[in-house]
Amino acid sequence: MPATESAGAAPQPAVRLTDVRRSFRTGKRVVTALDGITASAVSGAVTGLIGPDGAGKTTLMRLIAGLLRADAGRIEVLGIDVARDPLSVQARLGYMPQRFGLYEDLSVRENLDLYADLQGVPPAVRPARYDELLHMTGLGPFTARMAGRLSGGMKQKLGLACTLVHPPDLLLLDEPTVGVDPVSRRELWQIIDHLTRDAHMTVLFSTAYLDEAERCAAVLLIHEGRLLGHGPPGQFTADMEGRSFFATASLGRRRLQARLAQAPGVIDAVIQGSRVRVVTADATPPVATGLVAEASDLTLIPTPPRFEDSFVARLRAQAATPAPPPSATVAPLAPAAPKPTGDVISVAHLTRRFGAFVAVDDVSFTVARGEIFGLLGANGAGKSTTFRMLCGLLPPSEGTLRVAGFDLRTAAAPARGRIGYMAQKFSLYGDLSVAQNLRFFSSAYRLTGARQRARIEWAEAEFELGAMRDATARDLPLGFKQRLALACALMHEPDILFLDEPTSGVDPLARREFWRRINALAEQGVTVLVTTHFMEEAEYCDQLVIMAQGKVLAAGEPEAIKQGARTAAQPDPTMEDAFIAVIEAPRQPARAA
Amino acid sequence: MNAGALRRLFGLLRKEALQIWRDPSALAIAFVLPAVLLLIFGYGVSLDARNVPIALVVQRPGALAASFTSQFARSPFFRPRRFLTIQDAEQAMASRAVQGIVWLPSDFARRAAAGGNSPIGVIVNGVDANDARIIEGYVQQVWATWLTARAEAAGGSAALPLSAQPQVRFNPAVDSRDYLVPGLIAVIMTLTGALLTALVIAREWERGTMEALMVTRVTINEILLAKLIPYFVLGMGGMAGSVAIAVFLFGVPLQGSIWVLTATSALFMLAALGMGLLISGFARNQFVAGQIAIITTFLPAFILSGFVFDINSMPRAVQIITHIVAARYFVAILQSVFLAGNVWSVILPNALALVVMAGIFLGLARGTARKRLD
Amino acid sequence: MIRQVLALIVKELLAVLRDAKSRMVLIGPPLIQLLVFGYAATFDLNHVPVAIYDQDPSAASRDLVARFLGSPTFHLVAMLRSPHRINELIDQRQVQLVLVIDRRFTRDLLTGQPAPVQVIVDGRNSNTALLIEGYANTILSDFSLSWGATHGRPAPPAVLEMRARYNPTLSSRWFIVPGIVALLTQVVTLLVVGLSVARERETGTFDQLLVTPMRPIDILLGKGLPGLLIGLFEASVIIAAAVWWFDVPLRGGLLPLYLGLVLFVIAVTGIGLMISSLAGTQQQALLGAFLFMVPSIILSGFATPIANMPVWVQDLTLLNPMRYFLVIVRSVFLEGAGVNALAAQYWPMAVIGAASLAAAGWLFRKRVT
Repeated sequence: MPATESAGAAPQPAVRLTDVRRSFRTGKRVVTALDGITASAVSGAVTGLIGPDGAGKTTLMRLIAGLLRADAGRIEVLGIDVARDPLSVQARLGYMPQRFGLYEDLSVRENLDLYADLQGVPPAVRPARYDELLHMTGLGPFTARMAGRLSGGMKQKLGLACTLVHPPDLLLLDEPTVGVDPVSRRELWQIIDHLTRDAHMTVLFSTAYLDEAERCAAVLLIHEGRLLGHGPPGQFTADMEGRSFFATASLGRRRLQARLAQAPGVIDAVIQGSRVRVVTADATPPVATGLVAEASDLTLIPTPPRFEDSFVARLRAQAATPAPPPSATVAPLAPAAPKPTGDVISVAHLTRRFGAFVAVDDVSFTVARGEIFGLLGANGAGKSTTFRMLCGLLPPSEGTLRVAGFDLRTAAAPARGRIGYMAQKFSLYGDLSVAQNLRFFSSAYRLTGARQRARIEWAEAEFELGAMRDATARDLPLGFKQRLALACALMHEPDILFLDEPTSGVDPLARREFWRRINALAEQGVTVLVTTHFMEEAEYCDQLVIMAQGKVLAAGEPEAIKQGARTAAQPDPTMEDAFIAVIEAPRQPARAA
Repeated sequence: MNAGALRRLFGLLRKEALQIWRDPSALAIAFVLPAVLLLIFGYGVSLDARNVPIALVVQRPGALAASFTSQFARSPFFRPRRFLTIQDAEQAMASRAVQGIVWLPSDFARRAAAGGNSPIGVIVNGVDANDARIIEGYVQQVWATWLTARAEAAGGSAALPLSAQPQVRFNPAVDSRDYLVPGLIAVIMTLTGALLTALVIAREWERGTMEALMVTRVTINEILLAKLIPYFVLGMGGMAGSVAIAVFLFGVPLQGSIWVLTATSALFMLAALGMGLLISGFARNQFVAGQIAIITTFLPAFILSGFVFDINSMPRAVQIITHIVAARYFVAILQSVFLAGNVWSVILPNALALVVMAGIFLGLARGTARKRLD
Repeated sequence: MIRQVLALIVKELLAVLRDAKSRMVLIGPPLIQLLVFGYAATFDLNHVPVAIYDQDPSAASRDLVARFLGSPTFHLVAMLRSPHRINELIDQRQVQLVLVIDRRFTRDLLTGQPAPVQVIVDGRNSNTALLIEGYANTILSDFSLSWGATHGRPAPPAVLEMRARYNPTLSSRWFIVPGIVALLTQVVTLLVVGLSVARERETGTFDQLLVTPMRPIDILLGKGLPGLLIGLFEASVIIAAAVWWFDVPLRGGLLPLYLGLVLFVIAVTGIGLMISSLAGTQQQALLGAFLFMVPSIILSGFATPIANMPVWVQDLTLLNPMRYFLVIVRSVFLEGAGVNALAAQYWPMAVIGAASLAAAGWLFRKRVT
């Protein structure tokens, strides 16, 4: 890559990859995880390894750490050939795997001791090193606590502290920010900035969050085992200069988004707040008038490009087919029962306890028909518990809960006939084929005969599953799994759709595709309830609640929540900024002290 | 080993000890599982037929018939029930009320007086062949005793020309528990030894901690040793508990020395743990590791170790296979050390075989272990 | 409702049969166990190594020795010339039996004194010891009778005429192989049923199932019936193998056998569903299945008779469905028993089945709502 080479002043790169290939055998299939990666990571800076799930990030991390051997190619770490001498490399690097590599039944202190022993830190220097690390991570008060009883953010910091007991020359962090709340995420980045700036450590940081790219000094963008781009994030966005706009019109934002997505010369259109963010195919300024026939009052305001725009543009360029055809085929919903008017879901003073632990604490909200309603929060915030109670999977300890006009405690079965549910990680029967999965779920939802056949045909056509109908669900690519899971949840044309982390880890195109369908459903009057820890997805919601530690911290329209976080320092806060502001609001005095 | 390696090993050992102490499942597998299995097997498995219900059919009572049947009443092996007709007795056998029939036909006394060799019908239910054989043996004993008693009473020459003098070495009471319990210890310790190591290593894979360990400076030898040492200690503890149950609860005599027992147990433990390490190399989740451990250790140890089924009686091909079952050698050692004493000629070759097995398993485990994930 | 249950059954069967690993679990271990048990698990004695110390080489002793050597049960390892090696051979397990013919053997035989013959047996394996003793005694008494008859000695007043009903050659394979039908049916059914809910819990599809309009009872039926079908199929295969491969006679009808089989599989399915309802993960389910399986096999009479157990353990076995089915399968195979004769075995299994299914239903409902 000429851009990095020409950086000139940069010393010997810490990691140098030359045509690295690696494939895995699962059963009879051979999956290519890395398909010829050539790249390097500058020393003394953060290099981001960015890509959706299944892109090959973890495989690359493990190859660099000497935990896997490459099928072909050469990996040089700190000037050492990893394949030849993994031990010397391992003596100089710190590696935090996904899930942080902590012993949950050991205390914070015992974990630190273990890693200090393993990394050969002399006992004499430990107290000072521990003090420094505990201060940096804020774990000082918790040294006696078992690692398993720490929150996700604290585990992440302890995992980091353990890899830093002996300061490494190269730090590998494999998806350290997954499922961690935004506050912890921000704190982690502060630590990383400190490490690279003051300790001149080289950091390789893998993530599926595209917005983290902008914090890295350089980015390796990986997709399906191939390198899609390589360079400083500014270089990615520079290509996109003058191609992104905020569109507003009197047309509803969803309809506007759907139309814009089909408009000529537009490669991306996503809802952001009350506006639609548009990315054009090239830098020639689009003409607002006539771009969308229905929206004569369309205005386009230029906005700075984001890293994601560049990713989408590259993916679009790579894909042979243009944007998918318009979604007009979602079958109109047959009103099987009298439509409940007004609120479809109402929750009042909902509480759920597990023993002494209060997972959900006095939560109340209502969801109107045709609304997309978001439950936003980090892992462990109580959103999954709330969600499971709404689906009737878990009885509440206290409070009332009405879904589609039924009290779930007394009329679970009729209520369930009106609910569609898509579980986390797209739970399908992995051993069954696509057609068998559709068939089973349609039967489970009591569809029979011609109607069942019709719905299966609809699903195969609408979700483009026909070609894959005999493929085993386990072997499907993630995007197809997601589509199949949604198809299964829609077999019986439910009034209410529950989506639990529906897009985690899928690539941006699949995510757009998914939300296009969800928006269309909402337009037709289906109520959608969605949990997510992706802040940007909250933008798609009409209403949302932010949860932390079992409590609702904020509720309302996304725009209103963002407005609440507006300060002089942050005139245009993002959802993440708003989230942090909401979470920190009650702790403000404690911080000051 | 240099200071760094020692410190790493010490750190790992301390971690392992803390985990064992805090997670009851390892302690349960080491101590509770063997004790429970030993109790179930110890009480449940017995080949000693005592008080066997048997039908006596005497069609024409008389002094001779009475003298014969009274031997049955006296025998500790039988619980005789009298039936008037052979049909009734047959029916009782069909409904499993009796396990055998001894039938003195109506001409029994007449033919005995006429020239001897008067036939006594003995019919056993052959469904359980082993039980049936043992019952046949008991009936034969009763018959021989009866003949001798008669001859002595008559003061004449022996009724039978031979006098068999049976002598059962090491277990004169022929108590099956005395030989089953030592064998059981071998079977159970195979399971727990392999299960312990296989599960704890699989757990590290599952929780992602193995990955974190591997990128430190720790060597593969240190990782393996750090697993071997604590679970060896635990396994020996479980072994001691099992021996205590055998001796104090089941009253099995321990003729040999406790040191021989300890030393050979240690060898066997190494082989079992080596197997566990080897399994953990293939199976990286606890579910699969557990299944493999049960299938590859428990079943062969149960069937092919000679603990209950005689190896000599198996088909040749199966006999050859038994040589790769470590429990086979330990069963032989245990049965000798418990019942016969320090029979070096049994202990040494079998101990040598255990050394070889332990060497092979540990060697294979070391050879297949890589400081890599693939 | 029936269609939904049917769909679930089809799905369960597909899930088990499409996955190579599950297929292996259903085919591999049962086949290996069938072969191992069928061939290796035998109480019959063959090639028992013996040593003979004949201190009185004579026509009579040679006759006796020939009877030992002619028996397929015994296999001569050494003819001893001195008593020194007797202990050594026994201690080292080189022989399991030493026959010592006394110096006075012929003289005593001819003078009508009881001629002493010592039978020394290794008692470390008491069962083998008992059987060896029995075989030796039979040979010795046969010798006695024929020697007495040919030398004009007065015949004993009575002799035993032994017959074994149902299994004339007393082959333990006839005992073990039908038992395997019960054993493997239990193992396979328990694993299929016990793990199925846990597997869905782990992959997250169970929630998906619960939000459909299916009632807990539908799900329970849909989970139980595939186990029932697979159990019946597996049992049929093993029954066929017992008859055609191991040549065990099937003297009774299929009706009493399959009536027992169905009741047995129902009872095991109920227990499997109980484990399924309680277990959160496949590992817990496996552990639960193992914890049930080991005692239930040991305390079933599969290898050792229930009658030999302490009374309180015998009472405990009344709760074990395998105990009853073992009696049924062996009686039907070897005794040709009919439904009437086995009534006492059918109803306890039916009671256990009803109780375990009810308990499973209750636990299941409690767990999901």
